[in-house]
Amino acid sequence: MSNQNKGKKGDVLLEMRDIVIDGFSDDKWHPIIKGADLVLRRGEVMGIIGESGAGKSTLGLASMGFARPGCEIHGGTINFDGIDLIAATESERRQLRGSRIAYVAQSAAASFNPAHRLIDQTIEACLSHGISSEEEARSDAKQLFADLQLPQPNTIGDRYPHQVSGGQLQRVMTAMAMSSRPDLIIFDEPTTALDVTTQVEVLASMRLIVEKYNTAAIYITHDLAVVAQMADVIKVLRYGETVENADTRSMLSNPKKEYTKSLWSVRSIEKEEAISKDIVLKVDRVDAAYSGGIKVLDNISIDIPRGQTIAIVGESGSGKSTTARVMTGLLPPLKGAVLFNGKPLPPMLKDRSVEQLKKIQMIYQSADTAMNPRHTVRDVIGRPLEFYLGLKGKALDDRLVELLNLIELDESFIDRLPAEMSGGQKQRVCIARALAAEPEVIICDEVTSALDQIVQKGILSLLLRLQKELGITYIFITHDIATVKAISDQIVVMFQGKVVEQGMKSEILSPPFLDYTNLLLSSVPEMDPDWLTGLLEQREKAERLS
Amino acid sequence: MHPVTKTILQRLGLGFATLLVVSMIIFSSIEFLPGDFGEAILGQAALPETVAAFRAELGLDLPLHERYLDWLGGIMTGDMGNSFSGRGASTGGDRSRAVVELIGPRIENTLFLASMAAIIAVPLALFLGVTTALYRNSIYDRMVNGITLTTISFPEFFVAYILILIFSSFFKVFPSLANISQDATFLEQAYLSALPAITLTLVIVAHMMRMTRAAIINLMASPYIEMAELKGISKSQIIIKHALPNAWAPIVNVIAFNLAYLVVGVVVVEVVFVYPGVGQLMVDAVTSRDVPVVQGCAIIFAATYILLNLLADIISIATNPRLLHPR
Amino acid sequence: MSSNDQGYSAANEVSQIKSRRTLSENIWRGLKTAPPTAIFGLTVITFYLTVGIFAPFLAPYGEAEIFDMAYAPWGGDFLFGTDQLGRDILSRLIYGARNTIGIAVTTTFLAFLIGCSFGIAAAISQNWLDHLLSRSVDVLMAIPSLIFALMLLSIFGSTAINIIFIIAVLDSTRVFRITRAVALNVVVMDYVEAAKLRGEGLGWIMRKEILPNIMPPLVAEFGLRFCFVFLTIAALSFLGVGIQPPTADWGSMVRETAGLIQFAEYDITAALTPMLPAAAIALLTVAVNFVVDWFLHKTSGLKD
Repeated sequence: MSNQNKGKKGDVLLEMRDIVIDGFSDDKWHPIIKGADLVLRRGEVMGIIGESGAGKSTLGLASMGFARPGCEIHGGTINFDGIDLIAATESERRQLRGSRIAYVAQSAAASFNPAHRLIDQTIEACLSHGISSEEEARSDAKQLFADLQLPQPNTIGDRYPHQVSGGQLQRVMTAMAMSSRPDLIIFDEPTTALDVTTQVEVLASMRLIVEKYNTAAIYITHDLAVVAQMADVIKVLRYGETVENADTRSMLSNPKKEYTKSLWSVRSIEKEEAISKDIVLKVDRVDAAYSGGIKVLDNISIDIPRGQTIAIVGESGSGKSTTARVMTGLLPPLKGAVLFNGKPLPPMLKDRSVEQLKKIQMIYQSADTAMNPRHTVRDVIGRPLEFYLGLKGKALDDRLVELLNLIELDESFIDRLPAEMSGGQKQRVCIARALAAEPEVIICDEVTSALDQIVQKGILSLLLRLQKELGITYIFITHDIATVKAISDQIVVMFQGKVVEQGMKSEILSPPFLDYTNLLLSSVPEMDPDWLTGLLEQREKAERLS
Repeated sequence: MHPVTKTILQRLGLGFATLLVVSMIIFSSIEFLPGDFGEAILGQAALPETVAAFRAELGLDLPLHERYLDWLGGIMTGDMGNSFSGRGASTGGDRSRAVVELIGPRIENTLFLASMAAIIAVPLALFLGVTTALYRNSIYDRMVNGITLTTISFPEFFVAYILILIFSSFFKVFPSLANISQDATFLEQAYLSALPAITLTLVIVAHMMRMTRAAIINLMASPYIEMAELKGISKSQIIIKHALPNAWAPIVNVIAFNLAYLVVGVVVVEVVFVYPGVGQLMVDAVTSRDVPVVQGCAIIFAATYILLNLLADIISIATNPRLLHPR
Repeated sequence: MSSNDQGYSAANEVSQIKSRRTLSENIWRGLKTAPPTAIFGLTVITFYLTVGIFAPFLAPYGEAEIFDMAYAPWGGDFLFGTDQLGRDILSRLIYGARNTIGIAVTTTFLAFLIGCSFGIAAAISQNWLDHLLSRSVDVLMAIPSLIFALMLLSIFGSTAINIIFIIAVLDSTRVFRITRAVALNVVVMDYVEAAKLRGEGLGWIMRKEILPNIMPPLVAEFGLRFCFVFLTIAALSFLGVGIQPPTADWGSMVRETAGLIQFAEYDITAALTPMLPAAAIALLTVAVNFVVDWFLHKTSGLKD
């Protein structure tokens, strides 16, 4: 199979120096990568970690000598195994792509051509580069499917992309990258779109195959815990510059830079759990379905105690967001009721009184879509003050400033538009909008998952402080166990429209575990580089026992 | 049932229903005629009895749905009623003609003109659209874009008169009037229809080329095209293997949309060149408010339009891999 | 940017923040970077508007003033000659700007009023109202609009008011579709849900939450629809079923003087007479298309 004489492990395979990449928008060039270096040795897996906009993908693609439309490499050198990729012609670069350097994209569903069978796309690069005959390539692809633990490896390739699941597609794409036995594979956030339980399996099979063929890899992600499982060395990127380079273990145990430390700062918040028997909101035996569809919620009952934080956790499709929609009245339940302070709320939003609406407020995942881009902070926070409380003129202004101070922003923000604020500031304004209504319950729908780690910590601490001062009840909808650990008093675990478990945090997060809770909790990557290995061993043992 | 068959049948049903509703709209438009239109058609001198007889003939004393079914049944069997014109008292007696008789020979002419334009326009537009999309931002692309943007801004009659001025007045290459007689040979007919056909071609090539270009650019922005690039596949292979199989649906839609546009463009062009087609008949009928003829022409234009779009949808359904290979 | 950030504070949190520009700054910046085609387009539009507004002061003769000289040649008292009844072509061209553009603009506004309100309402409600409107629009759009317009004009008769209403209603179906489509993208935004949860009424959500966010595509669409309406009305007038004499209108002027084209060999200026109003129509549509093209290019952020 292999058409190239593999160099020794430990030789430098890829060397990028002073890379400058600019993107063109708004009639100007904006820097994306500002002089980053990258050195990768044969057989080594490098994790590139950073937050959105750090330039991770751009840097990863640059290692193939590729820049997305609208971006250009304006400086630096890229040397791949003695070949200068900047000086090379497009056709020389094309010779490398798909044969010696391969790429695994984030969105598998969009990256496969809907018109062709999986196996034909898997072997396409091999055939087009003349690496192997069609027959060889096909049997090798089946072997790779088997290596990657895909079900029915001999026939799955005959299917079309829309006929297999997201996790499976991601593995087929890994097989596709591996088919030419490249020297280097770029993994660009390959598991970000997957659920945690699926993610574990995909990660395991990716690591396995990279190890088996001793391929060098660049693994791009925003999740430090994931990268800890995959990478030998880690590079932290921010604003297009390298913050820190180190091997995985020393980076985790002893980060040098403040910024690196902040990446796992959420995990440092802790909340003393409180017990309360006073139920403010009660979801009583609720069934729900979207128009004419199958049941998304099946006999859900949840008690929400006053002044506490209850976390509803589950994977996509578990019904956790639907539960929130039923509480708010956006989706009337088929059966059952939502009780507020013991009295049933009208099932439909339009039948609820302003007084009832005011008491339950909501904060959304993405402040970008939760704030009207054409409204200033004054409009955003002022509207509920005016609408619910009838405040006007000076009274309104005074209350606005009070609320801004409450969320640790000053008066200078009052006339800003969303585009003039950072992500964290926007989320704070959204919190202020909820507070303006003087609610008893706030539903927080994945409020921190779109934010950078350090900002997450700030937002969570703010929410905890506000709860202490104002006695608000939070319903936290999240898939992030780290957040749950940080802020909750009680936890509700949901799976396929049912409540699997409900209880105090200390009960749920300590053994004995229910099967699903265990699967969910154990699948959440931890900051320990040995975590995945340990987990896989454990699961194997358990399987052998049963 | 295979999902493709099922979806196509659904689409056919929808197309049929649309056609039915459209026929209802066209039929019931006559309801909005002012009350005294009988006098208007037959002339001031018409006797009250004549007017009453005329109303009875139209069946205006029957309920609407009965008349509709009657009318629809007529159309199915090739009877679209009689025209209003030729009924005036001054002409003495009823000299009105059957609408079918008026439309029949003209349909052929219109079809001839439209197909002539389509045969030149479709390949030309596809070629221009695909090449400009692939050589985006080149001088060639900018030039073609500039020209087509200008052309789509021109009213059809302006394009027509420019052509007449050049090819008929200055250089006597083609005749400015396309008075085709019944017994003209194919070549004669093609020669006489040259200018109207070129006019139509110019107008729809511009639209079709711009839409094809947009569709191809949109397609080339798909992540799977980027993936193919990152697999080191050559540009020509990317286009043949990755873009083309997914391009049928958008391209067919573009063609159908523009052929439907042709249906409209033909009206103005026929009038400019005094071409004996359905479009000119319709305009004349509108001027003389000859409602049955107008309805007949409208039904024909609308049906063509609906069928073209239906055909395009069916082709896109039949080439959709998600439907061809269900889960 | 230093990686040794000091203690965290919300107000000092930085990221790539856009600075705000005032509207006039934006317009000025836009004009400075506008391509020559857009500048040309804007100049032409301004010229047409000026001519249209000041028509009575600019025209040498009255709109329907008849002189005893049909088909007078170019030059002399009549710069572009006279038409078949002896009316001054130049004066009618100038008044035509006012009539033709005025009617087209009115029609387009009306079409947008109807199309936008129903489109946004359908996008927000997404219930039976949306279904009813969308299906009706599907059916109306299944009939080619020029054909539909011809049919309706044969029933109601060709008066300016009828033309405006008929074309506006037919064209509003297109506006409805595009408004509904862009509004649907905004309706799924959380801020609209937040407004619903707050208990805001339909009207408030339409005006305050949705409309400001769908303006750029609608403005571009307005330009394109104007061109379409303008060309449709011109075509109808040219066919003789549009704006009726003695109102000066470019489409009808082409029709009335079209016969002169056959005298091209003897008098080229005579043959150009019908081309003047036709070119006037074409020039304005080209200009609007250029401006819309530039606007779309700017607002979509697409650099193709």
